[in-house]
Amino acid sequence: MVAVYERTYQNATKVTRKANPFGFDPIFAALSKAAAITVLVLLAGIMASMIYGGWPAFREFGFGFLTGTQWDTMNDRYGGLPAIVGTLSTALIAMVIGVPLSIGTAIYLTQLAPAWFKRPVGTAVELLAAVPSIIYGMWGLFVFVPLFAAYFQVPVSQVVEGMPIVGTILYARSPSGLGILSAGIILAFMIVPFIASLTRDMLDQIPTVLRESAYGIGCTTWEVVRHVLLPQAGVSIVGAVMLGLGRALGETMAVTFVIGNANRLSASIMDPGSTIASRIASEFNEALGMQMNALIGLGCVLFFVTFVVLVIARILVSRVKQY
Amino acid sequence: MSQMAVQDAPSAAAPNKDAKVCIGVKNLDFYYGGFHALKNVNMNFFDRQVTAMIGPSGCGKSTLLRVFNRIYSLYPEQRATGEVMLDGRNIISDNVDINELRARIGMVFQKPTPFPMSIYDNCAFGMRLYEKLSKSELDDRVEQALRKAALWDEVKDKLKQSGMGLSGGQQQRMCIARTIAQQPDVILFDEPTSALDPISTGKIEELIEELRADFSIVIVTHNMQQAARISQYTAFMYLGELIEFGPTTKIFMEPEQKRTLDYVTGRFG
Repeated sequence: MVAVYERTYQNATKVTRKANPFGFDPIFAALSKAAAITVLVLLAGIMASMIYGGWPAFREFGFGFLTGTQWDTMNDRYGGLPAIVGTLSTALIAMVIGVPLSIGTAIYLTQLAPAWFKRPVGTAVELLAAVPSIIYGMWGLFVFVPLFAAYFQVPVSQVVEGMPIVGTILYARSPSGLGILSAGIILAFMIVPFIASLTRDMLDQIPTVLRESAYGIGCTTWEVVRHVLLPQAGVSIVGAVMLGLGRALGETMAVTFVIGNANRLSASIMDPGSTIASRIASEFNEALGMQMNALIGLGCVLFFVTFVVLVIARILVSRVKQY
Repeated sequence: MSQMAVQDAPSAAAPNKDAKVCIGVKNLDFYYGGFHALKNVNMNFFDRQVTAMIGPSGCGKSTLLRVFNRIYSLYPEQRATGEVMLDGRNIISDNVDINELRARIGMVFQKPTPFPMSIYDNCAFGMRLYEKLSKSELDDRVEQALRKAALWDEVKDKLKQSGMGLSGGQQQRMCIARTIAQQPDVILFDEPTSALDPISTGKIEELIEELRADFSIVIVTHNMQQAARISQYTAFMYLGELIEFGPTTKIFMEPEQKRTLDYVTGRFG
């Protein structure tokens, strides 16, 4: 005890560095604080100007701005329902196609793939996430859309024509390949790498001993994944899916290329439509007056929806179960 | 030097001389890729006896344990050659149903591994995979297992709650209950108390002592006192070789090998 005390005491006397009240630390603290505040100010500024810009449209059309189906630039009557529905339905289609693909990829990469295959596929998934959206849009328009029209829209429309329900939902009046479904599929391609790499990281974080313990009971790989790994990573996988959803809701360029930009509401997902983002992108250049206000108003709506989705995602992701 | 050894005097029940061989290991070699981790191991594990595996880190004791339920087969670069006989079958041969084998040879790990489900479902998990049981049979077996694992009184009112909410020691006993609910022949313990406090450790040790009546038990431990307290047989391993195997009393009181003596008296390791 005494010896330890003496040694520490001696060391203490050798300390020559003194705390300097006029050193770099206060400047450093002030700078990082300023950086943090800038972000807050930016967010508040964007929110305020969006609400300010959209306000005339909200005041003019009231609740009808959300439920109206007319987008009439001649008479300055604006209702956002087709774009809102388009946004939600393309995102939903993207989720339905993309989520199983992503989770399947993540499970394969973490549980089944041999080591030599894991790295190239893992890297490919990450590279796919880094492809700019304009590339997806271009590829979608020039490659995917014609093929989709010829080999999916035309035959499917012929089959379902006249059938109840599916005959409405899947019937293409003009099989051009452009439409809600095409946009949803392209969106699915875009969010798969994103959700897959996040989910893979979540599954990788699960301790080996838990996995071995499930196998040790006599589980098959499917049972381990289904009953132990997915529930263990559950909440955070939902979080990853929500982040993907946030991306699908706001994606602009790729969707604008392939959705057809029609301003009407159609019951068929084969028909052209529009999303909030694609509507804004395609009209903003020529918009004046009330049309401009209506577009900003739509932006507000999108902002709000994605904000809510992101908040939910953050909450879920941060609740990763600690082991 | 025998004075040192006496401090670790084994206190567990004497071995049953008539016990049958449960697992017979012959000429077992094990490789992690190019690394030769077990070198020509030969030994027998006896029915309804506790066999402790001791030795310094990296000596191969956990590796040997992982051979018995073929958990190493999850990793393609790991392989075993030789014979490990259980009921007249060589369990490391290719034509063994690994999942069924694992259901017969339960394993409890260094850390508690509660599955993300309720306490009840944790215990019923293995049974549901392998047996068609009615709700009431399942209830009975879960209760039995939890009673045997000395956990029933603590959890009987919260069976529907998540197993993650229990304390570390309780979680480990739940994992033991999950294992015994499947009614395996052998239970493997891989340092089951290394993550637990002394009181929980004491409970687990008592439990192992009681489980000996129904199961053959193999336990890997870093703690020599623990081996002396709870096992009938002890195997001392060093650098992948089995140095000495025999009744615990003998290994701790009058080992034949100098290295064993040095290890159990704390001269190295």
